[in-house]
Amino acid sequence: MSMNNSEWKPKIVAFCCNWCSYAGADLAGSSRLAYPADVKIIRVPCSCRVNPMFILRAFQKGADGVILCGCHPGDCHYSTGNYYARRRMTTLFSMLDFLGVEKNRTHVEWVSAAEGVKFSATMNKFIEQVRELGPNVRLEDIRCKQN
Amino acid sequence: MQAELIARAKALLADGTVARVLGWRKGDTDFNAEPAVFETAESLDEFVYDGFCGANLSKYMIKNSKLEGKTLVFLKPCDTYSFNQLIKENRINRDNTYIIAVGCYGKLDINKIKAAGNKAILSVAEEGATLKIHTAYGDAEMAREEAVLDRCKVCKGGKHVVYDELASFVDEEKPAAEGRFDEVKKLEAMKPEERFAFWQGELSRCIRCNACRNVCPACSCIKCIFDNNNYDAAQKVNTSSFEEQMFHIIRAWHVAGRCTDCGECSRVCPENIPLHLLNRKFISDINEFYGEFQAGEDTTSRAPLTNFTTDDVEPSIVKERG
Repeated sequence: MSMNNSEWKPKIVAFCCNWCSYAGADLAGSSRLAYPADVKIIRVPCSCRVNPMFILRAFQKGADGVILCGCHPGDCHYSTGNYYARRRMTTLFSMLDFLGVEKNRTHVEWVSAAEGVKFSATMNKFIEQVRELGPNVRLEDIRCKQN
Repeated sequence: MQAELIARAKALLADGTVARVLGWRKGDTDFNAEPAVFETAESLDEFVYDGFCGANLSKYMIKNSKLEGKTLVFLKPCDTYSFNQLIKENRINRDNTYIIAVGCYGKLDINKIKAAGNKAILSVAEEGATLKIHTAYGDAEMAREEAVLDRCKVCKGGKHVVYDELASFVDEEKPAAEGRFDEVKKLEAMKPEERFAFWQGELSRCIRCNACRNVCPACSCIKCIFDNNNYDAAQKVNTSSFEEQMFHIIRAWHVAGRCTDCGECSRVCPENIPLHLLNRKFISDINEFYGEFQAGEDTTSRAPLTNFTTDDVEPSIVKERG
């Protein structure tokens, strides 16, 4: 079997909260559920630990898509963290859309520790969306003059 | 107008109510009044209040309200929102300030007067609804309405939300103008590619002079993330590509929920980038998602981004609304 290594693969950064989504990813792994290796998981103590600048930084460092996973609203280990994260991400994503950055490059999904299937399905779906968009160039180019 | 304010300031200085006066004085030209602190009655003769006093004095009060004795400050209606916001964030010592609320008929934009074909302008006099423009090539007139700053066309109204006394020419009842979010809506209606092209055209002109940050009353951090101790070049160089690419998003984000929409960022931008549109987009989103909110309207309410309800919209709303 030959493999084509020259094919472009999207780089995905997934911020996963320690208590739900990271455990969900673990369950997906131990249940042998497949999701592409292009997803790089960054474990955070809570979804609200994700400063909006982390998302921008991930894009600047070459990510093509960024996904944030946390506990379902109401289930946060710290009671209310994900509610704050929800407001922040809603406004940040809306701003990125306003600047003309493709809105399918960002996503928030609530994944509990028992939802290994959901984790794998979410990642597969998200990576497909980003693959369709191609490499992320707009955020890099936004301050460059057009020829 | 100006004479009344000078007389009042002199009286307050003389009876010891205030130790200094924060106002505007004539700049290099007749049409770029600049913020200034006056400490003596004589120096107050330089005090200016005219259509070019667009500068928001609230931010200067952070420093001045920490000095000994009270500081008298003149605030236009929209400036009082910034002032209130700074009280809320414990940046200003209200006990050390004396506020005289001044009226405003919309501030003037010298670039618009120049764009109307006036070259070598020497002075601009306001006479009611007309401007008498004195230039090296003769005199000209134009309607005042045509020369007001864009931000004043969507004025928040004449109400002062915080003050100690009102000047005689104040119109507290002046209604707010319609259509504050029209420009934002126009952009939202475009295709993403068109929006991107628009912003690329605007933001690529940025020279990173940091004027927008320095003037912003909401940008009041003692240490800004854009300041870098490793370089001495007045923090104006691009120290990393991250800053280079994301400066405007971060700047707008950092004041989201606290921005009172005073429009100073766009007024001071030497490249005329409509930076206020980024702030206004956040305000319009916050209004839409979390209920109407005007930063600085009071000193007690919680800012929308440090608050939540259990049934807030999900971030996927951004995709759903098309």
